Amino acid sequence: MTISREDIEKVAVLARIRLDEEQIPALENDLGNILSLVDQLSAADTDNVEPLAHPLDAVQRLRADQVTETNQREAFQAIAPATEDGLYLVPRVIE
Amino acid sequence: MHNKSVAELSRELESGKISSVELTREFLDRIKAEDGPYNSFITVTEEQAMADAKAADEQRAAGKAGVWTGVPFAHKDIFCTNGVATTAGSKMLANFVPPYDATITANFRAAGAVCVGKTNMDEFAMGSSNESSFFGPVTNPWGLSNGQKRVPGGSSGGSAAAIAARLVPAATATDTGGSIRQPAALCGVTGLKPTYGRVSRYGMIAFASSLDQGGTMARTAEDNALMLNVMAGFDPKDSTCVDRAVPDYTATLNEPLKGLRIGLPKEYFSDQLNPAMEQQVRNAVKEYEKLGATVKEVSLPHAKLAIAAYYVIAPAEASANLSRFDGVRYGYRCENPQDLNDLYTRTRAEGFGGEVKRRILVGTYALSAGYFDAYYLKAQKVRRLIQQDFINAFKEADVLMSPVSPSPAFVQGEKINDPVTMYLEDIFTIAVNLAGVPAMSVPAGFVDGLPVGLQIIGNYFEEARLLNAAHQFQQVTDWHQKLPQ
Repeated sequence: MTISREDIEKVAVLARIRLDEEQIPALENDLGNILSLVDQLSAADTDNVEPLAHPLDAVQRLRADQVTETNQREAFQAIAPATEDGLYLVPRVIE
Repeated sequence: MHNKSVAELSRELESGKISSVELTREFLDRIKAEDGPYNSFITVTEEQAMADAKAADEQRAAGKAGVWTGVPFAHKDIFCTNGVATTAGSKMLANFVPPYDATITANFRAAGAVCVGKTNMDEFAMGSSNESSFFGPVTNPWGLSNGQKRVPGGSSGGSAAAIAARLVPAATATDTGGSIRQPAALCGVTGLKPTYGRVSRYGMIAFASSLDQGGTMARTAEDNALMLNVMAGFDPKDSTCVDRAVPDYTATLNEPLKGLRIGLPKEYFSDQLNPAMEQQVRNAVKEYEKLGATVKEVSLPHAKLAIAAYYVIAPAEASANLSRFDGVRYGYRCENPQDLNDLYTRTRAEGFGGEVKRRILVGTYALSAGYFDAYYLKAQKVRRLIQQDFINAFKEADVLMSPVSPSPAFVQGEKINDPVTMYLEDIFTIAVNLAGVPAMSVPAGFVDGLPVGLQIIGNYFEEARLLNAAHQFQQVTDWHQKLPQ
């Protein structure tokens, strides 16, 4: 199994991870090897097999629609890289 | 005191032979003096530990002490601790001080246990050698006397090494594909991965949410039972946590094993297994026969596909879970971002290490348009087949036994540059996570002076049976008492 340079670049954009040019050959090799390992799956006969998402086949638990959490904005924002007036700061998005 | 188990230390505290302040001081001093070559701790919480020890002594004086009151232990640095750095072994969280406790952190706090620090781990629990930590590799206390720096296993390598070096009597750990059992085996300690959902994951930094499970590590099975008594149980804050009664795991430790049906999965005694390791595991099984157990071969025909299924499911879930690290709300942020995309992409490029990035990229690929059915859905179907194998095996056997790892602790650097070779380290442990069943690693001998682990796998929610089987084995063997030179 091989993965192309274009595929890696596309996936890196989707994953929001900047890649430097010199990292790509090693990634082609490593990801290609991992995908080859994974390709063993294609040999398995899975016709009529239900996918398993949770080992106990549990479903999402529901609860009453009541407020249970208290507001902890100050505590949470105290550990943020940049905040102002109770808002998280990021580089300007709209000019 | 540092060679005593949690159960023994608890009795010493109860008898008044030693105070928690004295005991905590002793372990803190040991960490300071001995941990240099192992690097098993990321953070040592000396001040907080001494304050907690003092409070524990006061609690005891007031006649309100429980089993854990005043007993020192450590948390894997993946469990959030209010006011104490929680890094997950990553540069991304190197400065992260959570404003809340994980549920199991709160449980140990309520039990009066004294946390002396946070143990080192592979970055975001991704690794089998503890070499991917931003805070440097952990070195196995075993094998150092030969001048060789060997891996402690991973990802809970810090917890395992700290217990092996007698720096703490017990430590929490987590297991997504073998991260409790493999380091426990490689360091000669006893570890338990409970049934998926048995222990709350709230405040446990997520890697692969359908596989992750918090668990226990200590020298003895009895101590693992004492830990699980504190950790197991329903938590409304974790939507996958199971609402089911929790037994007293110490109550059944002394049940006789007569009539216990042991299954040996033939796929786990393959040619990938080091022959000397196989001999040790078979010797351990013979001990069980002496204790009255019966042994038969069973089959897990799809086990050979476990690694392939895991390396789709785990990276896919990791890519989703780790999308939260964006440099906005907490954790690392790159310098001088030019725009929002630059902030995201450079923060993540600089904050994550190589293995974490590889897995995010593989996971993103497997989930991307056009590939979802071929990879993620296919892997989930194979996961069902693997689960069915275990369900069938447990019709014929009460527990399954196998090696934990294919070979003993390897030398640092040996596998780190070849991800796939590293992944094969978990060949005997990963299927357990896919099925969601509980499993232990129990010290069962040595090969070339390095510890060998016996894996004991149980049916869903049969942790008590596993602990019973491990405890009885430890009454007739002393592998778990051996000390690294």
